Amino acid sequence: MTSENRPALYRSMKLIREFEERCLAMAIAGEIDGGIHPYIGQEAVAVGICANLSERDFITSTHRGHGHVLAKGADPRRLLAELLGTLEGFNKGRGGSMHAADMKLGILGANGIVGAGGAIASGAAWAAKARGDSEVVVSFFGDGAMSQGVLLEAFNLAAIWSLPVLFVCENNRYATSLKLESGLAGGAARRAEGFGLVSRGVDGMDVEAVESAAAELLEGVRAGRGPAFLECETYRFFGHHSVLELLGVEFRDPDEVALWRTKDPIPLLGDQLGEDVVAGIDAAVKETIDEAVAFAKNAPSPDPKDALMYLYAGATAVRPGVIL
Amino acid sequence: MSGLPSPENFGYMHAMNRALHAEMAADEDVFLLGEDVGVGASGVTSGLLPRFGPERVLDTPLSEQAFTSFGTGAAMAGKKPVIEFQISSLIYLVFEQIVNQAHKFSLMTGGQVRIPVTYLVAGSGSRFGWAGQHSDNPYSLLAHAGVKTVVPGLAADAYGLLRAAIQDPDPVAVFAPSSLLGATDVSYAGEEDIVPLGQANVVREGGDLTVVAVGQHVGTAIEVAESLADRVDIEIVDPRTVYPFDWECLRKSVDKTGRLVVIDDSNRMCGLGAEIVATAAEEFDLVAPPRRVCRPDGTVIPYALALDKALVPGAGELTAAIDATLK
Repeated sequence: MTSENRPALYRSMKLIREFEERCLAMAIAGEIDGGIHPYIGQEAVAVGICANLSERDFITSTHRGHGHVLAKGADPRRLLAELLGTLEGFNKGRGGSMHAADMKLGILGANGIVGAGGAIASGAAWAAKARGDSEVVVSFFGDGAMSQGVLLEAFNLAAIWSLPVLFVCENNRYATSLKLESGLAGGAARRAEGFGLVSRGVDGMDVEAVESAAAELLEGVRAGRGPAFLECETYRFFGHHSVLELLGVEFRDPDEVALWRTKDPIPLLGDQLGEDVVAGIDAAVKETIDEAVAFAKNAPSPDPKDALMYLYAGATAVRPGVIL
Repeated sequence: MSGLPSPENFGYMHAMNRALHAEMAADEDVFLLGEDVGVGASGVTSGLLPRFGPERVLDTPLSEQAFTSFGTGAAMAGKKPVIEFQISSLIYLVFEQIVNQAHKFSLMTGGQVRIPVTYLVAGSGSRFGWAGQHSDNPYSLLAHAGVKTVVPGLAADAYGLLRAAIQDPDPVAVFAPSSLLGATDVSYAGEEDIVPLGQANVVREGGDLTVVAVGQHVGTAIEVAESLADRVDIEIVDPRTVYPFDWECLRKSVDKTGRLVVIDDSNRMCGLGAEIVATAAEEFDLVAPPRRVCRPDGTVIPYALALDKALVPGAGELTAAIDATLK
């Protein structure tokens, strides 16, 4: 890690933060349908990991996926256009927050089912390896996913077949509202070690620490030494999803939230860059997000008669239900 | 295990085995995964491991959920997986991975990706004596969810539909009825025709009454039609693909006959038979109420053989339904 990378890391984190704060406000205001799961507080994980990936590498993401998608290089205008359900969105308004995907950037989809991405990541990794390509796959998931059987099955498949996958557990201490201690026996990294995965833990509020831990693990993954596991200790500054913010539901001790706020990864890195650099990046990021909001708000909506478009390849005739 | 089956032994299972050999030979992106596929424990995957090697025939651990979504991920990265499930009820275990993941990705991504996975259930329905958890026929559930689903009733169709399923750009489930696996079929001489998905087949022409017969009940319907030939001229429609269903073929048949009986090995409530009868009632000109022959509501197959057989539809129930429709 060299200090020249710091402005880029800072910018990427700030972009996610600005995007998310704007989204959260728009979701609470009813401008975004459904809800969003804010990533605010966890930016160092997505940014530190994705700093090691090329466009050809794959990621699988989660319901809390905006940060991963943006860190992998997705255009914030098209991500916001997707959240507003428009044709300019990556998914043409068919996916929304929990399914944002950009296949051209190797983003194999955010996923609405906790733990579902790990097995998909393993399959994509196997396909890349079978072709003799050098791509790796990073699968992001939270501590809650560590209790999903399919994810543990995926660890096993990746290990026995020595697949190029980095499993990244974003341990934000809550599985929806369930405290870590009430939901996870034995510890995440120790479970991964049990499957023979090279396993490490890192301070997920320190982007440079995440970047360098991921670099070290990905070196082994890229060299064909099999899958690895990185547990990033982090925290979400807001609740599980925007509806909780709307309802005013808080299930955490305010002192705990305040303590983690002092570990905010963005000012932590910003302090090392100097006020002028930070102010310049902040202003540029704000402008980028302003443009994204304007772009998304002006994007056209899909036609209701096309509601089932893309379901099948070719012209499989779907018989009428509500749409005649 | 040998490679290809011998020509004197062409049956339903061998037809599927030949289809797998043919597709794997034709397209190097096709690969097979599942439990015991290397040794060919189901018979359907025989000879594939020695011919194509462990890079294309993956013996998996007993991790159905993971290897099903593994197929989805491999498909996203350009492969065409065929996943074998030796037990039909495993479909319940991987419903999330098939219905909520593989099936939905194409729409949810706005058409950015297709998931060309084939789910091969090589032994669906009662095996007579395998009890509650090995005897279901869950194809109606996948049809309900909108997953392309085929149930070949004849060996030639098993060959042709399996090849079409593997070539299809979407997820396709292929249910091979267990009672047909051991069957040989004189009408099948190993022809290499692909059967397009979504096209029904008029197995027997007739003018008095249409029987829709699914899977192993194509044979049941032929037997019953012949036994009643002196008093009723029965037309038999084998949908072959249960979703999407070939409504035009059925419409033409019912336009001619005006009467409809469905025999289908689904449970009655929300089963495939219910859908066919409902559509016929809505859209077709019928001279008598349509009837269905199927398992009872919510059937769980008991172990004792007499109880098992009592719950699976057969020739007697079909004959009674035909008689009721003719009154």
